[in-house]
Amino acid sequence: MTSISLYSLTLVPPSAVTSSVVGQFSGRRQQEVITASGSRIQLYRFDPSAGRLVLITSTEAFGIIRTIKPFRVAGSSKDCVIVGSDSGRIAILEYKTEQTRFVHVHLETFGKTGVRRVVPGQYLAVDPKGRATMIASVEKNKLVYILNRDTNANITISSPLEAHKPRSLLYAVTGLDVGYDNPIFAALEVDYSEADLDPSGQAYREVQKTLTYYQLDLGLNHVVRMWSDIVDRQSNLLMEVPGGADGPSGVLVCTEGYIVYRHMNKAVHRVPIPRRRTPYDDPSRKPIIVCGVMHKMKRDFFFLLQSDEGDLFKVTIDYNVRGVEALKIQYFDTVPVAISLNILKSGFLFAAAEGGSHNFYQFVQLGEESGEKEFVSTEYVKGDMSDYPAAYFYPRQLENLSLVHTMDTMNPLIDAKVDNLTGEDAPQIYALSGQGPRSSFRTMRNGLDVTEVVASELPGEPTAVWTTKLAAEDTFDAYIVLSFTNGTLVLSIGETVEEVTDSGFLSSTPTLAVQQVGDDSLVQVYPKGIRHISANKEVNEWEAPLHTMVVAATTNSKQVAVALSTSEIVYFELDDDGQLNEYQDRKEMGASVTSMSVGDVPEGKVRNSFLAVGCDDRTVHIVSLDPENTFESLSVQALTASPSTLRILSMPDSTFVDNSQLLDVSSTLYLHIGLYNGVYLRSVLDTITGQLSDTQTQFLGARPVKLFKVMAQDQPAILALSSRSWLAYTKDVNFMVTPLVYESLEFGDGFSSEQCEVGIVGIEGSNLRIFMINDLSENTKSDALPLAYTPRRMIRHPNRALFYVIESDNNTLAPDARQELLSTSRKQSDYEDLPAEEFGNPKFTEKWASCIEIVDPLSQEKPARIDLVDNEAAFSVTVCSFAASPRRREEEEEEEDRKASGDGEESAYLVVGTAKDLTLVPRRCGGGFLHVYKIVDEGRGLEFVHKTEVDDPPVAMTEFQGRLLVGVGRCLRIYDLGMKRLLRKCEYKSRNLNNIVTINVAHNRVIIGDIQQSVTYLVYRHADNKLLPLTDDVVARHTTCVTMLDYETVTGGDKFGNLWVLRCKEQVSRDADEDNGAQLLNARTYLDGAPSRLDMLAHFYVQDIPTSIQKTQLVPGGREVILYTGLQGTIGVLAPFVSHEDVDFFQQLETILRNEARPLAGRDHLIYRGSYVPVKSVIDGDLCEMYAMLPVDKKRSIAAELERTVREVERKVAGMRTRYAF
Amino acid sequence: MADKLRAQQQLEQLQTRYVGVGHADTTKQYGSHFFSQLEWLSNVQRDSLAAYIGHPAMLEHFSVALNEPQERVRVQFIDKMIQPCGPPKDKEEI
Repeated sequence: MTSISLYSLTLVPPSAVTSSVVGQFSGRRQQEVITASGSRIQLYRFDPSAGRLVLITSTEAFGIIRTIKPFRVAGSSKDCVIVGSDSGRIAILEYKTEQTRFVHVHLETFGKTGVRRVVPGQYLAVDPKGRATMIASVEKNKLVYILNRDTNANITISSPLEAHKPRSLLYAVTGLDVGYDNPIFAALEVDYSEADLDPSGQAYREVQKTLTYYQLDLGLNHVVRMWSDIVDRQSNLLMEVPGGADGPSGVLVCTEGYIVYRHMNKAVHRVPIPRRRTPYDDPSRKPIIVCGVMHKMKRDFFFLLQSDEGDLFKVTIDYNVRGVEALKIQYFDTVPVAISLNILKSGFLFAAAEGGSHNFYQFVQLGEESGEKEFVSTEYVKGDMSDYPAAYFYPRQLENLSLVHTMDTMNPLIDAKVDNLTGEDAPQIYALSGQGPRSSFRTMRNGLDVTEVVASELPGEPTAVWTTKLAAEDTFDAYIVLSFTNGTLVLSIGETVEEVTDSGFLSSTPTLAVQQVGDDSLVQVYPKGIRHISANKEVNEWEAPLHTMVVAATTNSKQVAVALSTSEIVYFELDDDGQLNEYQDRKEMGASVTSMSVGDVPEGKVRNSFLAVGCDDRTVHIVSLDPENTFESLSVQALTASPSTLRILSMPDSTFVDNSQLLDVSSTLYLHIGLYNGVYLRSVLDTITGQLSDTQTQFLGARPVKLFKVMAQDQPAILALSSRSWLAYTKDVNFMVTPLVYESLEFGDGFSSEQCEVGIVGIEGSNLRIFMINDLSENTKSDALPLAYTPRRMIRHPNRALFYVIESDNNTLAPDARQELLSTSRKQSDYEDLPAEEFGNPKFTEKWASCIEIVDPLSQEKPARIDLVDNEAAFSVTVCSFAASPRRREEEEEEEDRKASGDGEESAYLVVGTAKDLTLVPRRCGGGFLHVYKIVDEGRGLEFVHKTEVDDPPVAMTEFQGRLLVGVGRCLRIYDLGMKRLLRKCEYKSRNLNNIVTINVAHNRVIIGDIQQSVTYLVYRHADNKLLPLTDDVVARHTTCVTMLDYETVTGGDKFGNLWVLRCKEQVSRDADEDNGAQLLNARTYLDGAPSRLDMLAHFYVQDIPTSIQKTQLVPGGREVILYTGLQGTIGVLAPFVSHEDVDFFQQLETILRNEARPLAGRDHLIYRGSYVPVKSVIDGDLCEMYAMLPVDKKRSIAAELERTVREVERKVAGMRTRYAF
Repeated sequence: MADKLRAQQQLEQLQTRYVGVGHADTTKQYGSHFFSQLEWLSNVQRDSLAAYIGHPAMLEHFSVALNEPQERVRVQFIDKMIQPCGPPKDKEEI
């Protein structure tokens, strides 16, 4: 058995928010939002000028973050966060502004690691005055920690105080606002001890939910159960009510259908949760509150509570010294259903959506003048709440809120395919994401998004473009200089772009370089010489010697160097009078010069002392320009091809900077080299000796690379042009080379004007294009095409750029069911549906809405949609050509006739597997169907052929040797196309299977993945028409997705967030294919399974649930990787290692980093990655990339331990990413 | 006898301290010990349900499948933890 080694990398982190909080985490007046998503903690700040939330920092915590809560100890001006995770520890984090990262202040162990029933971490509650916190588990355990601060203003934490209650389940917990009395925590609990003992079930039916107060006695240092009272059995959420001087104290208990105010020894106040007035109202569904937020203002407070349909309600309390007088509820607005809501003091609402984009709203008003009906608790005093008539409201568009910013997310990401439909260099990821009416079909590509400012047609095809200002102190560029093969055109930048005729430039010749030099003069280099134009248009010319031409030139504000066709270099320097003076000698290079570069003049110096010269003998020379040793060759580097461009440019770099000064990073001088073979190199150029070292390479495309210095978001960057346009820049501390999602340019330069301060100008064919780069922190761009319902699966047309997407939503009214209801209801037959994107589709228990849509990702349109009727829901889809069927043969004959008449269309069928009347919990189903559609109209239309009933919902299917292979429940069947229905040809059934969810085929091999029983390899035997199992797995993996790596090997993911690679024994595999006798047929089964077992090659826990997995190549010229997508929006890869040295190196680095870069929430990295099965043969690249974030001294010591330099380690880590992915 | 008593006491101590500690009659097999089997299965179910709630991705997985908000799914799961496998069998019946 050969082994494999994989390197795991996250390309797009999860975007689903688990919990979000607001507070002053950096200690400034401005409030910030912290979100926890997956294993990451992110800090966002609102940027009023851009009108959007800006990501400040994002930290990988290597642990499952389940909840976060902010708190502030008395007297402090800064909020901290407490994290409830799977680490069995309570972590208190502080945000360090100057380091832009989180550090843990306290990390106290209280229990076992992992997400367990009785280990606290699920719930967190904090005393509003920041004096104590309660961390609790779903069952039994509650721990209270006292928070305080010492004389040096450091936060202190006590040892835990127990408030356990065995055999009781916790639904919600919150801190009670009691002013400065002893802290109290309110908990919503159910005690099941009696129900567990009563065989009659009577006790279970009478189980009561209680609201219990736990008081922390600060004097006696213990926790007591202070008060307990019975509340509604369906209660689910607690909201704290301000106390002390600010309010009546107590809690709001949210339950199904209504909200109750409760407090110890105080009267109860109830208000109903209003329902939408629509004809589709399902009386069996009672609204619940899914999340809410309490907001305190100067003298007042209110609650915003969100119902399960997304409606926000404003709840206010009238109170006096004796207590609460009335509770009031009023419809506020409707926003997508959120996981958590946060109100910022500056008047904004952050709603972290359950599915789809997170929204950021501004409060326009607080609903006072809305005229919405208010429901008051004084009208709901006596009796049961169900005795009162239901409260109704009319949903409407936003009135009190206005949408400011949406944060695009991929959550939930349900299926993805990597394909190259556009014929670009790199493939695109086509993904299905979103939930319900907020779903979309996404086209994702690696690249920076740009905004085009100008695109204009030019009279000819220019070969080069420059922008230049007129004087050194100008802020904006004044001229755009275009060079054509036979002339030069100068345009002025202003309100309008006009041709300039008196610029002093020679217009009858092409240009090689343009530069603003000295205070206010310009230089134009052209093949026959150099033209120096002073401010008063006085021209000084230097002419190239007879019979020679200038072939390459480089300039900066003080220096000009040109290379002649005789391989000589002529060097000029600007003197104090602003005159260009030629250096007395010329440098003979020995080979013809292809390119040159002199860097910018460093601040405070008179010249740059290095000239880089590239020759066509595949070398780069660094030549000194210092007066002491002018033209002395300092170093030479050999290359794989001749350099096409050189660029000396320093870039921000953290390598040798102390971490505390990360904000003003120092720069390192680099020589950027573009080669004729499309490779881009970046070497460190030593500022003293001129030696080149630490070369990083990247393949950019098929054309010679041209490099240009531009600015991108206030940092110097390199625009690299090959068959695609790329930008090389620094992100955080990492060097990135990312393609631009834009036309491929031929030449470019920086651009700066009043309208567009930091832009880039480029030429593409005969077009002049000016654009800006939007955001350097996002290196993927996705275009979304909205879908009707939650997408389930998609399949591509066999040879056209079209996708067939099936969508289905549970508990939703389909259009036909809606029509039915509308026609029967007396009122509102002219009812107009609300836009589903904001308000959701009308919900109705046990109803399904489902459809098939055709998506054209290139034109971003949907040519056709078929709605399923009769409460059917689609779950699987495939394209099958039915090559072997008699019907098909008949058709083919017909087609041949047609072909003769010039009307040829390849005929393929779309097969959709549906379930009728499906209930998921408990699982019931009224049977399944296989719908067959003929693909017509070049793939843009579907023609219904027939449907076939099957006993279970078909969840997986694929084409297999010209027939259809379907997984129906625990059966695997082969169907062929008949005239009236599909015909069953072969069946395989096993007691070991529960529900087949994936099928992969290759030759005669069929690999099925079961929902609980991992994968089984089968072989199809033509002779006997039988499917025979040859090998299966020893672990019961709850498979979600599987793909084949080779004929023997599969990789897949399971429901618990693991990725694994399994391989069939070679002998077994060979025997199965060669065996023509009855060996397999008569093989002894082993423990009810197949005769042999699979070997596990690799295993890794990724936290997010893998939803699709594929073997693909992501970067042009790169190796193949395993790409997976996760439900919460993760996209990641497993890349194979090339050499054993690399494996050893990264293994060593990983081992060291496990100790040196301890995970933030206190989880042990090795145990985390082996949550279910110990990690095998996978190295965590995300951990290795933490190396770049470490303080310098730590970096040094780790590098020393690895016997490398810091740069080498960093380059190796960064190289792994660029080699395989982005 | 004293040893047996002490072992019994130790076990009881463990049972009160940790949730789900079994006893000599705990068995997964169907058969005569239906009472204990139910207890064992209930424990497994409760552990599973707590894990579904505790892993955010898993909760979302269920929520997307059921097309219900995560809060509703969460509450349903805790409700199910009260009695995941039906009422216990009467001891005398066995």
